[in-house]
Amino acid sequence: MSDTLETRHRGGSAVRYILLSLGAVAFLFPFYYMVVGSLRGTTVGDLSAAVPAGLTGANYTAVNGAISLGRSLLNSGIMTIGVLVCTLVFGVLAGYALAQLRFRGKGAVFAALLLVQMIPFQLLTLPLYLLVVRDYGLGDNYLGMILPFAINSTAVFLFRQFFSQLPQSLFEAARIDGASELRILWQIALPMARPAVLTALLLTFIGPWNEFLWPFLVTKNADMQPLAVSLASFLSNLQGTVANPAGALLAGACVLAVPAVALFLLFQRHFTSTDIDSGVKG
Amino acid sequence: MSVNLQSAPAAVRDSAPARREGPRKARGLSRVGALFVSPYVLFLVVVFAVPLVYTVWISFHRFYFTAPGTDVDSPWVGLSNYKDVFTDPVVGRAFLNIVIFLVINVPLTVGVSLVLATALNAKIRGRAFFRAAFYLPYVTASVALVAVWQFLFGSDGFVNHLLGSHAPDPSWLVNSHLAMPMIAVFVTWKQLGFFVMLYLASLQNVGKELYEASAMDGAGRVRQFFSVTVPGVRPATTLVVIYAIITGANLFSEPYLLTGGGGPDHASTSPVLLMYQKGIEQGHPDFAAALGVVLVAFVMVVSLAARKLTERGN
Repeated sequence: MSDTLETRHRGGSAVRYILLSLGAVAFLFPFYYMVVGSLRGTTVGDLSAAVPAGLTGANYTAVNGAISLGRSLLNSGIMTIGVLVCTLVFGVLAGYALAQLRFRGKGAVFAALLLVQMIPFQLLTLPLYLLVVRDYGLGDNYLGMILPFAINSTAVFLFRQFFSQLPQSLFEAARIDGASELRILWQIALPMARPAVLTALLLTFIGPWNEFLWPFLVTKNADMQPLAVSLASFLSNLQGTVANPAGALLAGACVLAVPAVALFLLFQRHFTSTDIDSGVKG
Repeated sequence: MSVNLQSAPAAVRDSAPARREGPRKARGLSRVGALFVSPYVLFLVVVFAVPLVYTVWISFHRFYFTAPGTDVDSPWVGLSNYKDVFTDPVVGRAFLNIVIFLVINVPLTVGVSLVLATALNAKIRGRAFFRAAFYLPYVTASVALVAVWQFLFGSDGFVNHLLGSHAPDPSWLVNSHLAMPMIAVFVTWKQLGFFVMLYLASLQNVGKELYEASAMDGAGRVRQFFSVTVPGVRPATTLVVIYAIITGANLFSEPYLLTGGGGPDHASTSPVLLMYQKGIEQGHPDFAAALGVVLVAFVMVVSLAARKLTERGN
């Protein structure tokens, strides 16, 4: 009995590793291809492009000449940091209120929070474009780029879930001592919420950093475009301007991918499956 | 969930004499809470409520783009914009494309991510590595990944070199039969990691005793997978379906960039791409608004049908 169980176990684990390795190859190969392709002198789509040979940084210089990487990165950074700051400040306040305070309309706000996550956001881009660009005159403006993402509802939900789990007695005691709610939030709730804050920041980061459609609509001036937008315009109509278009494109893709990937790998331990689960449970 | 603030102070006063601060505090709290949540409420109004109402309004009017400050009439035209939407064959093609997307994306996502999550759900070496590898495309920008896929699946690309004479002609991304399936596969690949993690979390809730009991009954691993794992993670599967519907309704970057603005003969045009082309490129925001309203209705009907289906499965 124990013998058969053991062999079955060993067989199962071999199947496990084969499946997982196949998956890992399917997920990682395009990334590998992207990096190697970005470093080759001439990048063509054949099998040889998968072998690193004659490595050069020329593609990075070329794409930088075509779309000004530094400026695009700066624009991506400003947009993303704006969203992160708004989400952190206003999202924590809202999450704390929804979890620990009582006020009129609380149920309605929470219902709206859940509903908003179900609305396909892209549907709103046309009226938002009309309002933000035509009526408020915020085209080619950082404020206009940030506005639709300013407070991330998923992050508010994560904050609320986390603050609800903290023991009520802790807050009661502080209130009896006469601490203001802002002080309780800042000195008691927030320090304990560091894992939730990290998860929420990571989740929030990839949104504006990777976003294409909205900044594509709002920014017509190349100097204001975040990297995703300038890279897309390189992809659709600037490739002819460089000697090794595929290589330059892959170089740009690497630059766009690296910050999000690096942050993810850095904070991976905090980014657990349970957080994701609670983030979507609704 | 909502709290009755009128009666709350009285209840506190009657039942808890020790907390004489109750009434004042409770009323004070209510103001702080509303204050804390007000920026978020303002955001929801400006970014969601107003545009939503605005779209519906535009969809019933003849609406023109105007320079800021100029006043141009937007006459009421009733259902005229909707008539245009329903008689446009490209609109029908765009909705058919979402259906194609769902038919490929949902089974592929559920199947592959559930198998990978089950394989990952054990104390194995390299677990952290596999998790990170699967999650990588999810955190990476679509635009960056589209660039690599164009390169991999281009007519002179890596995949066609591998296939040699078996390569499809015309190639993957410019083939009217393959353009939309390619988008569905791309999106599945990009988001799979998220669903692997979702299923992994969901697997923690499937009782170990169920596996033990079925093993006692002589069920093999494959049998266990279908009769214990699959039903055990049904709530997560419902989420996959809902996510897929929302993703399908939101598709823009992939048809726009991966298949060069919607593929040959609109083979991979999506409703949102069409909204962009009609509304902003061609200057018919009223048509685009009506299309948006139809899309919302479509999403609601499909979601409801999907829920009915998964509930019947229970």
